[in-house]
Amino acid sequence: MTDLASRPRDPVVGTATPHESAVQHATGAAVYTDDLAPSTAHVLTAWPVQSAHTHAVVTLDVAPALEVPGVVRVLTADDVPGVNDAGVKHDEPLFPSEAMYHGHALAWVLAETADAARAGAEAVQVAYEPLPSLVTIQDAIDADSFQGIPRTIRRGDPEDALATAPHVFQGVSVVGGQEHFYLETHAALARIDSEGQVFIESSTQHPSETQEIVAHVLGLPSNRVTVECLRMGGGFGGKEMQPHGLAAVAALGATLTGRPVRLRLNRTQDLTMTGKRHPFHATWTAGFDDDGRIIALATTLTADGGWSLDLSEPVMGRALCHVDNAYWIPHFVAQGRIAKTNKTSQTAFRGFGGPQGMFVIEDILGRVAPLLGLDAATLRERNLYVPDQTTPYGQPVRHAERLRAIWDDLRTSSDFDARRARIAAFNAEHEDVKRGLAITPVKFGISFTLTAYNQAGALVHVYKDGSVLVNHGGTEMGQGLHTKMLQVAATALGVRLESVRLAPTRTDKVPNTSATAASSGADLNGGAVKHACEQIRERLAAVAGRMLEVDARDVRFGDGRVSGLGASGPSFTFAEVVQAAYHQRVQLWASGFYRTAGLHWDTERMQGEPFKYFAYGAAATEVEVDGFTGASRMLRVDILHDVGDSLSPLIDLGQVEGAFVQGAGWLTLEELRWDETDGPGRGRLLTQSASTYKLPSFSEMPEEFNVRLLEDAAEDGVVYGSKAVGEPPLMLAFSVREAIREAVAAFGPVGCSIDLGAPSTAEATYRAILAAQAAAEADGAAESGAEPAVGSSAASTDAATRTDAAASVGAAVRSRFLSSES
Amino acid sequence: MDHIGVTVNGRQRPMVGVSAHTSALDWLRGIGLTGCKEGCAEGECGACAVLLATPRDDGGTDWTAVNACLVPAVALDGQEVVTAEGLGTPEQPHEVQERLAEAGGSQCGYCTPGFACSMAGEFYRLGRRAGEADAADAADTVDGRTDAHHGPNGFDLHALAGNLCRCTGYRPIRDAAFALSDPESGDPLAERRDRPAPGAVATRLGDDGERFVRPASLDEALELLRDEPDAVLAAGTTDWGVDVNLRGRRAPLTIAIERLPELRTFEVGDASIELGAALSLSEVQHRLDGRIPLLDELFPLFASPLIRNRATIGGNLGTASPIGDTSPALLALEARVVLVSADGEREVDLADFFTGYRTTARRPDELIRSVRVPLPLAGLASFHKISKRRFDDISSVAVAFAIDLDDGVVASARIGLGGVAATPIRARATEAALAGRTWDRETVRDAASVLATEGTPMSDHRASAEYRSLMLGTALLKLHRSTPLEGVPA
Repeated sequence: MTDLASRPRDPVVGTATPHESAVQHATGAAVYTDDLAPSTAHVLTAWPVQSAHTHAVVTLDVAPALEVPGVVRVLTADDVPGVNDAGVKHDEPLFPSEAMYHGHALAWVLAETADAARAGAEAVQVAYEPLPSLVTIQDAIDADSFQGIPRTIRRGDPEDALATAPHVFQGVSVVGGQEHFYLETHAALARIDSEGQVFIESSTQHPSETQEIVAHVLGLPSNRVTVECLRMGGGFGGKEMQPHGLAAVAALGATLTGRPVRLRLNRTQDLTMTGKRHPFHATWTAGFDDDGRIIALATTLTADGGWSLDLSEPVMGRALCHVDNAYWIPHFVAQGRIAKTNKTSQTAFRGFGGPQGMFVIEDILGRVAPLLGLDAATLRERNLYVPDQTTPYGQPVRHAERLRAIWDDLRTSSDFDARRARIAAFNAEHEDVKRGLAITPVKFGISFTLTAYNQAGALVHVYKDGSVLVNHGGTEMGQGLHTKMLQVAATALGVRLESVRLAPTRTDKVPNTSATAASSGADLNGGAVKHACEQIRERLAAVAGRMLEVDARDVRFGDGRVSGLGASGPSFTFAEVVQAAYHQRVQLWASGFYRTAGLHWDTERMQGEPFKYFAYGAAATEVEVDGFTGASRMLRVDILHDVGDSLSPLIDLGQVEGAFVQGAGWLTLEELRWDETDGPGRGRLLTQSASTYKLPSFSEMPEEFNVRLLEDAAEDGVVYGSKAVGEPPLMLAFSVREAIREAVAAFGPVGCSIDLGAPSTAEATYRAILAAQAAAEADGAAESGAEPAVGSSAASTDAATRTDAAASVGAAVRSRFLSSES
Repeated sequence: MDHIGVTVNGRQRPMVGVSAHTSALDWLRGIGLTGCKEGCAEGECGACAVLLATPRDDGGTDWTAVNACLVPAVALDGQEVVTAEGLGTPEQPHEVQERLAEAGGSQCGYCTPGFACSMAGEFYRLGRRAGEADAADAADTVDGRTDAHHGPNGFDLHALAGNLCRCTGYRPIRDAAFALSDPESGDPLAERRDRPAPGAVATRLGDDGERFVRPASLDEALELLRDEPDAVLAAGTTDWGVDVNLRGRRAPLTIAIERLPELRTFEVGDASIELGAALSLSEVQHRLDGRIPLLDELFPLFASPLIRNRATIGGNLGTASPIGDTSPALLALEARVVLVSADGEREVDLADFFTGYRTTARRPDELIRSVRVPLPLAGLASFHKISKRRFDDISSVAVAFAIDLDDGVVASARIGLGGVAATPIRARATEAALAGRTWDRETVRDAASVLATEGTPMSDHRASAEYRSLMLGTALLKLHRSTPLEGVPA
């Protein structure tokens, strides 16, 4: 085991520690960006002028706003001293002359109060010259409206394999987007300090990029701009790219007025202005052998990128790299393209395309299992990766045996087979309510696919009294990164957790940081923090060695004490050693750096080893579906997930549970609806409030929720043997949708393929039930031995009507040689 | 306005610089109590939950959790409020805060102060006791599962149904709630319950632009209303607040009426039950104590406790939402609305009260004084709510049944519908299709096909028109299936 992965005796990492700010959270003492505004003297509030058209050339008359009492200034494109762009692709004008989506911020009003700013924004006169707009993915496909570079992953000869496969199915799978709905909306507070420095508090996952965008909008070098992120009230990817322009508006306002400017989106603004998870559309053809083994898959993924590119390219890259999920697919081709539509610019969201890619294969397996005459659990199990196999993009699937071990363990611990038998009996007895139980696996690649991002820095100070202050480049959004970093520092220095403090993330402490994203926060920053601490410890060991009269190599640090080998010798407190070191003029602080080794990725060919390792997991979920309404609820969920050797078990457990519920929300409840009509509201987001966009509440919590972390799972080459945890468990939620599919199937005839809308809301589920019931009636009416495909195509056609026109193209599941199966 | 003041966390705070439309949330944040968070500004997320000292019918005080975003700050004149900061500090956290923290109940922490307040409201609920779990929930689950909503300490999880958390998935929050003990002796908030809550304080704020008035008496309220018929009546302000926060509504005059004693009556008579219009839905639920089973079914499904603790039954009818939730149920109960003006009282059948989309028979100079539910009640009552989320959601379709069976024959059927027309409506054709027929599968199937054609449902972001109609059709089937009657062929 490498030095990075090995743990000392009695490490602080691995202990179940509550979130470092938990008590502050609960008592209201934890401060978030906009909490600073009430105590900031002379602060102005910024309010956007939002486009009332989905696509139009706009001309602004701001003069009436300046007549509104309390309005101080209106910011427009003319005010920008640097580059009028809020993105990194130069396709996101901060002050646009063309409104690209309904709700697009066209100008910003600065006023003494929020009320005055709102009134000022309403007073701005906007003249629109409407242009044609594209609202759905299908609109964009029909208009050939794409952006960015299309990519393809290919292995083997999928065309030939599909031509000769015993069983070939075709279909369309469509999945909706998802709003992040971090409880804290976007916020920034900018001021110019006494030295002329632009100082911005921002709720951002990527302070360095916020800093860069602010600098280029203001036409300043980066060393004149500092960004601090105290903490975020949730991020989930929504604050990776989206905060930059908002911070730039606040900074511009502060620069021009000389007064602090606060900008906090209210919920409606946040929902209508900022990007979301990409909706995806996939057409696919899949070939299987007689045993249900996947022979080949050909698929084309189209992501709805919205009006600008944002992170859509890497999101699609990760989607393509996760179409295989946990399954060996020898012949493979997946193409990805990004639709350009007149909607919010879709962006990073926990999983970053991975969920959408995996959705395709899980939807395929769930739909075709009955047509292959197999239960879905068997079909999935039969296709799991085994050791020595590689992904379609050429990366060996290291520890594939872990995947199978997790699967087998979960099947046993969840009492899967016995419960399935009980469910079958229950379903036979109940006409109007059915249950379903499904198990699905997760394999998720960890590392940024842009290799350069896989680096991190840290700055660790030890003060003369022995107290420790840690800075690192990662941001805290609730995921517990700071807690883990405290544990890493305490472990590496051999001190108690209480003697380490973590300072808020600032770009003037650690520069050129990567986004806290891709689940990599602990891996990268943990490596950097550990590196810094070990330099200090090494210097202290030399000092302590002299104090203890032992070789420096034999000095041990633990629990705030420093001693030689063996229990009997003398020992000093950490603070005593630090004191001595100071007097000997030993440097008591260090910067740390980490870069992930062994990554390479050819973006053009989409081949290489983009991931340091894979995170594995599996979930088994039982649901009950009401045949009268389509409403479903989770009766029991069992999860076994691989976080390596956990850095912080309470934190990791929270990540697994929270991600699962968030994923279940995406797949079963949360529904973004835009006005797709040609009426005056075309392109307007209809679900633009908490009362219309429903995320899981207490009532969606599984009634029984058993979550375990895989034991003895140390991952070599990662800080203290841990694994990333933020994103992978979200995809455990496929088990919920697949369980609903199982329950719906119980309303239909044996062998009935169930096409289920996504999200599988009560309404979508009810439609699938109607189709299944219709198939059952048709089946009953026909002679015995009817083609299973009859039922399946009926289900497919019906489900197609609820999604969009695209879904009906080739949505009917086609099966050849089916008669040989039945 | 300098005499307006609120007791916050035990300390008198003068209210300065507020307008009639400043929310309690904004005011609290403005005085530095930033633990109170804005997550949605429309009472959906509970991040702004605080505790309000409210009168209990026995003369004591309840600590009632409410959404600060929906309460006008000025409406708190003379009242007592406790925020998360007032419950405890990082050095000395309150028990709910300690349990939340150690259980992993906070991740990003933004929703946590609101959870702490909702949780504290339930922590201090008089009557919370171990083993309180009721059978109603258990019956709702199959296989005799135990009640999943009550903890061993009697904690009712429904108390948290109006708080959203995007991080944890709720399990650790539930565990924290179920680990709570009882308030210790000497706990100041527990002791405060024994003394009366602050009374209503007549309040006037603002000038010609935006005024807020809490009249001292009903007469004064009615005079004001007669003189200024454009005034907005505000009771629980759960709708008023959404209008102000999200739609920027700024009425020239807001008249607060929810503390007027004449509007807070509760009488159970021989011929009817009278519910004062200004009783909150939580108060109505508590005082009815199961007397109207149809409403009892409805209450847990109506928005969230944070809303029900403020929203009044009169206000819910007065806003005349086409959905409404109480409206379909009260239609099925054939309730009547008592309207009062300076000229006197009149009574209107609820079915005649709704005159069009968000319009009612209430004259501008009238206010709703009470709602009368005639007795006896129908024997078979059921409320069906179709929504995306089980709790804390607005109905796509709501169906309320009140059916009287006489020897297996439908003597009378009254069905109220929400979400399928411009107003809540009675399903008259279905009622006729049921009347006089044997309550059996054939009758129900016939009537269900009639019910599926009632109203004129629309498609929107909540549901399609088709699904709404389908749900009307299945509601009666589901009712019949769930109420097998002895001796009646099913």
